[in-house]
Amino acid sequence: MIPLDMMNVDTDQIIPKQFLKLIQKSGYGDFLFYDRRFGHDGRPKKDFILNDPKFEKRQILLTRDNFGCGSSREHAVWALFDYGIRVVIASSFADIFYNNCFKRGLLPIYLSQSEIEYIFNLVHTDDVIAEISLDKQTISISGKKMNFNIDPTRKKMLLEGIDEIGFTLSLNDQILDYEKASRVVDYNKYLV
Amino acid sequence: MGKTLFEKVWDSHVVIDDGNKNTGDTNAPSLIYVDRHLVHEVTSPQAFASLKQSGRQVRHPELTIATTDHNVSTENRTLPIVDSVSKMQLETLTRNCKEFGITIYDINSPEQGIVHVIGPELGFTLPGTTIVCGDSHTSTHGAFGALAFGIGTSEVEHVLATQCIWMYKPKSFLIKIEGNPRKSHAITSKDIILKIIRKIGTDGGTGTVIEYRGDVISRLSMEQRMTICNMSIEGGARAGLIAPDETTFNYLKGRRYAPKETELEGLIEFWTANLKSDANAKFDRVETINVTDLAPQVTWGTNPSMVADITDSIPSPEEFAQGNENKRKLAVRALEYMNLEPGTPLTNLHVDRVFIGSCTNSRLEDLIEASLVVKGRKVSTKVRAMVVPGSQKVKSDAEKLGLDTVFKDSGFEWRESGCSMCLGMNPDILLPGERCASTSNRNFEGRQGAGGRTHLVSPIMAAACALEGHFVDVRDWL
Repeated sequence: MIPLDMMNVDTDQIIPKQFLKLIQKSGYGDFLFYDRRFGHDGRPKKDFILNDPKFEKRQILLTRDNFGCGSSREHAVWALFDYGIRVVIASSFADIFYNNCFKRGLLPIYLSQSEIEYIFNLVHTDDVIAEISLDKQTISISGKKMNFNIDPTRKKMLLEGIDEIGFTLSLNDQILDYEKASRVVDYNKYLV
Repeated sequence: MGKTLFEKVWDSHVVIDDGNKNTGDTNAPSLIYVDRHLVHEVTSPQAFASLKQSGRQVRHPELTIATTDHNVSTENRTLPIVDSVSKMQLETLTRNCKEFGITIYDINSPEQGIVHVIGPELGFTLPGTTIVCGDSHTSTHGAFGALAFGIGTSEVEHVLATQCIWMYKPKSFLIKIEGNPRKSHAITSKDIILKIIRKIGTDGGTGTVIEYRGDVISRLSMEQRMTICNMSIEGGARAGLIAPDETTFNYLKGRRYAPKETELEGLIEFWTANLKSDANAKFDRVETINVTDLAPQVTWGTNPSMVADITDSIPSPEEFAQGNENKRKLAVRALEYMNLEPGTPLTNLHVDRVFIGSCTNSRLEDLIEASLVVKGRKVSTKVRAMVVPGSQKVKSDAEKLGLDTVFKDSGFEWRESGCSMCLGMNPDILLPGERCASTSNRNFEGRQGAGGRTHLVSPIMAAACALEGHFVDVRDWL
């Protein structure tokens, strides 16, 4: 588990704009937290947590309030995922980021301030192994078990890897019904 | 019980209301119809690629318009684009739009501009509609009483394919703005929204749609209302909303995609009757802000809630944190990044750069107001200042008024339209350590260039700062 002890980590920090020019969905791992990880000379900054060999190849990121605020760039999720992160634990998330996580199979877990504090204390003193069950919605760390919330639809999406567009298209009759009959004002007609 | 404006727009766009009917689970997403979709080059290539890969079509190409704004050069457009990666992204959007039959206002178009500037300008943005875009500042369009919010790239693909989006119903948040600022011509809507974010924090609006209401709001022009709704996302909200009124309807008249004449009259009647919160509507949260004594606002830190009055000094981390240790640490880091000492008067801060532009403050009115400050005066020799109009139309309208001459005579660079130094994806960036007075929306670390230091202000504050070389209280000038 990587402890990123900071609140309000914005998506500009997670993936700086110079890496948003690519047109593919993968290959962003090397650019994760780029300006935090590397100096202007391109060398790794010693004081940044991701450069600490102790936290190499970890799959869980522990952080604080309002993680992922700012830009809607899904590249932030792609960068975390490509780097190897599979779970982000925080006291709260920004809306768009939280939503984007599920599209790439990244699990965002929000816990109470005191639970977050408890885990930070553990991680600061010891190398922590966390066992996470999405199915049971539990995290076990050093013998302490915590429950987390996730709504059923999102949980199902992660567990089953649903093709969301395919699912929506299977509801085409209802979309057609809305387009043809049910709407209050047909705003489409002004653009035809 | 009555309904809020947000609930009315939401309810009229529900295709499938899973939350209440099928599952009995109140926390299930609903399928919401999308009336208008805006696309730009940065968050769309992967959506189009994935669409093609799965052999899917765009359901309603006529409901989407595209433009190139993030990557485009704001210098001479007849020159080739030097950055080959940017060039590739711009060309990819043009190709995708051609392939799927989507109208694009690209770099050669006289209507190209920042996506949130051209949407309203073209009359594409209408009251009562749902509008999405792969861009967090889509909240801008809420100024028209549209439910408008930013989405990720996967959702862009979903909207292209289905014209719908799955969404959990946000909560409603009313912000009442009371009072009228003294020296009202020197206090702008930028100052009002910065003050609001200062009060509610960068996550104060998380999970909500904010409706802004008050005498001050009613008196604002559409352009000023857009500045407020634009920055709703900086307070964490999904969207911002202002109920449409005469000002809104007058703005729409004669715009390309807006309904015409009798049809518009009919809609105006409908909007007037329906697009406002009922008197007995219940909001999940209500805040009141009084702006009578509002001073020009300046950010000092690295998020848009780190704001002070121009008459203030840089606060200490303790003052900012109010006992919250994590906030204190954040402020310590912010002050270090910004190279600032607590106790320094804001008016003592010297800047290297001034940027007037972005989807927050690059519209004609912003430029007119800034030009009134700079007219006949000279930019400080220590400052490099630029004006980047939000769209080609804003640029040409401004040029018709002679604003380009005013700015250029004063020493400002006068550029082509685009997002430019708001996020620095094109060559317009701050150098490490440079300090900038910016009319944009984010003062995050590195946002305007790695190591760059951003202070968010209104256009007139930025203009005055360019002349003096340091922040000044623009109330003394107007």
